[in-house]
Amino acid sequence: MAEPKPPNSPPEEVWITGIGIATSLGEGLDAHWDALNARRVNVDEARFAPYIVHPWAPIKLDAQIPKKGDQRQMEAWQRIGTYAAGLALDSAGVKGNQEILGRMDMIIAAGGGERDVPVDLAILNGYVKGNSSPVFLNERLMNDLRPTLFLAQLSNLLAGNIAIVHGVSGSSRTFMGEETASIDAARIAMARIASGQSDIALIGAAHNGERSDLLILYEFGDFNLKDKFAPVWARTENSGFALGSAGAFLVIESRAHAEARGAKPYARLTNVVSDRAQRKQAGEVTKSLEGLWSRLGRLEDNGALITGATGVDPVTSEEKAFLSQHPGYAVRATGTMFGHTLETQFPLGLALAALSISRGKLFPPNDPTGLEVEMSGPPTQIVVAGAGHWRGEGMALVEAIK
Amino acid sequence: MAASRDKFGRPIVVVTGMGIVTSLGAGKKDNWAKLTAGESGIRTITRFPIDGLKTTMAGTIDFVTVEPSSSTALTEKLADMATEEAVAQSGIGGKGDFPGPLFLAVAPVEVEWPQRIEVGRAVGKTDITIDDVLRISGGGRFAQYHHRFMFGSVAGYLAETYGTKGSPISLSTACASGATAIQLGVEAIRRGETDAALCVATDGSVNLEALVRFSLLSALSTQNDTPQAASKPFSKNRDGFVMAEGAGALVLESYEAATARGAQILGVLAGCGELTDSFHRTRSSPDGKPIIGCVRNVLADAGMTPEQIDYINAHGTATPENDKMEYLSISAVFGEHTSKIPVSSNKSMVGHTISAAGAVEAIFSLLTLEHQRIPPTINYEIPDPAILFDVVPNKARDARVTAVMSNSFGFGGQNASLVLTREPA
Repeated sequence: MAEPKPPNSPPEEVWITGIGIATSLGEGLDAHWDALNARRVNVDEARFAPYIVHPWAPIKLDAQIPKKGDQRQMEAWQRIGTYAAGLALDSAGVKGNQEILGRMDMIIAAGGGERDVPVDLAILNGYVKGNSSPVFLNERLMNDLRPTLFLAQLSNLLAGNIAIVHGVSGSSRTFMGEETASIDAARIAMARIASGQSDIALIGAAHNGERSDLLILYEFGDFNLKDKFAPVWARTENSGFALGSAGAFLVIESRAHAEARGAKPYARLTNVVSDRAQRKQAGEVTKSLEGLWSRLGRLEDNGALITGATGVDPVTSEEKAFLSQHPGYAVRATGTMFGHTLETQFPLGLALAALSISRGKLFPPNDPTGLEVEMSGPPTQIVVAGAGHWRGEGMALVEAIK
Repeated sequence: MAASRDKFGRPIVVVTGMGIVTSLGAGKKDNWAKLTAGESGIRTITRFPIDGLKTTMAGTIDFVTVEPSSSTALTEKLADMATEEAVAQSGIGGKGDFPGPLFLAVAPVEVEWPQRIEVGRAVGKTDITIDDVLRISGGGRFAQYHHRFMFGSVAGYLAETYGTKGSPISLSTACASGATAIQLGVEAIRRGETDAALCVATDGSVNLEALVRFSLLSALSTQNDTPQAASKPFSKNRDGFVMAEGAGALVLESYEAATARGAQILGVLAGCGELTDSFHRTRSSPDGKPIIGCVRNVLADAGMTPEQIDYINAHGTATPENDKMEYLSISAVFGEHTSKIPVSSNKSMVGHTISAAGAVEAIFSLLTLEHQRIPPTINYEIPDPAILFDVVPNKARDARVTAVMSNSFGFGGQNASLVLTREPA
């Protein structure tokens, strides 16, 4: 627990000192940098056809989750997240440092875990075949549900697994609520550090896109991308998102804390803002994004913006209207390369922003429509934006430390 | 007038509105009367068939119904009822214009069996595959199920209804969720981001699959024959917790803002503490260190010593492990003072309201301060000789209470504690 700060003292500067990403494009910063520069996209159009997903790239879990018992206790989304969280701790140089991990705060954004689809289907088939006595469901659930599956489904158990596997145990909070859960996780973790309520925090999320139960949920609202892959900005005729698979985590800490332990920053997290338009009238998302933009701080001309735009309409069209009011910005949509990873999209954007700043270069566009343009010089500011497929909007400002 | 900042220079955070719904009833008045009368809200489940189940009772809220029925819809309705009572009592803001953010503790959301079966039947054939289900899910006929089963849906409804500001937060720290929602509100006010926060915790999730899941983890009491007596915190013959529904809502304000508008102050959120257990997914560390650290953190945050705590509103789930660990950890911190502090468990009467418990019990703690009366631990007939708490057995007790500690310890290692006082220090 951080010492209370004297009232009215200036806010602490917040640095990003650790990045952990494991996605459909691979694991780690170098692999991602190479893939982004090669404009690689990894989609599976066959497994859930006509629906398209971005599968998680195969990796050796033992590197970050050494105990097989721990791996077995988790479902894929938890393994992805626990793995990526470990990468972030390694990257920050705090892995295994009990003194720091024991007081590190954690705000994780999470949805729920995968259902046991064969069990669900067997029950449904029982019903449609008329086997539905009043106790049918009771018997099937009591007999067929695996006892430990619950723990692999509970939202707060991603944080629980990160505590168990990596020892992050200062505090543990899990935010839910789709895309904005991670935006608010970043916002509040940052505000706590800036105000002296916390010194160092782990933030992030994980998502597994290879899930028929999630495809069904989003199909209810006709949100899934079908038939043929297209980059996010080229989905005007065939709107939708392709579910993605990714874990994205960051270690953020006060500048004083980072300097005291000699940590090298990737970038500064200058601001995070969020809001929730009711979306009852056309144009509300555009207005909400404009409002957030005006609250970010001083923005230079001709900067860069990494968005988690989903490719779903009307929200992506509203975001395009917002972007058209800021010409000269080099825009990158992570949805094209990574698919839509819900809670994970925003920390993924933060990670790529910090990575780009640390490499002195924005990764190239991947967009046949021309909305994304080349950026010549090194980025000193990158805005990270996200508008949820259904509700919630947010932005962050990531800056180079001069 | 007392200073508006605490001894650490932070804005003092007070409570100006409270609302509550449990299996005992709706509203503070009814709940407090029944809680201090030692009544139980636990009953045999009638919401769904109980044949073949190991546990057949729960603290369901049967006097509230929602159409179309789902746990998420009931969760939302319970939150709405509690929030309406809290906001009305505080008199803050205008109608539908709450001047601060929302922090909502809520159970994880997913599509439920009635909806799943409806979609399955819509396929219109036997031997259905997952592809069949996927193909008929689109086109808009089930669009309302997407909206209903978004994790952010309950918070979204409350934000729109009460006009809270900014992005509403939905959170889960398992059984500590309600305390975490309050803690987030306290922190936001202390940072000076806002003068007010709406902290709500709600759980309406006694459905078949949720019950089976806890049952398969062997976490639930199976003393089904006398449901009212099933929840036995700190007793030797305790055998698990009883699932229950409920909601609690608190309006938090800075002391300065509350006094400036002449609001009645119901109590003070003097401290919040948390510490994570990294030992196991469902069990707490055998050395009790995380809970001990959590309790020490809340005392440090409140700037208080153990001797200043007059009453502990226990987590007291009635699982064999929790109650034992809670006693060991509290006595490690409180030492000889432990036996002098009354420690009771509301869960003996209202069951374990899971995501809502931290807020429900914070409200009962504030009512304890208001009425100077400590609710009992009922069903305490066979004391556990290893747990030497003064559990306020079976009958409420009048007492001088100036500071209460309320504890919440969750699956997944999330521990959170609050210290509540009557007056600013």
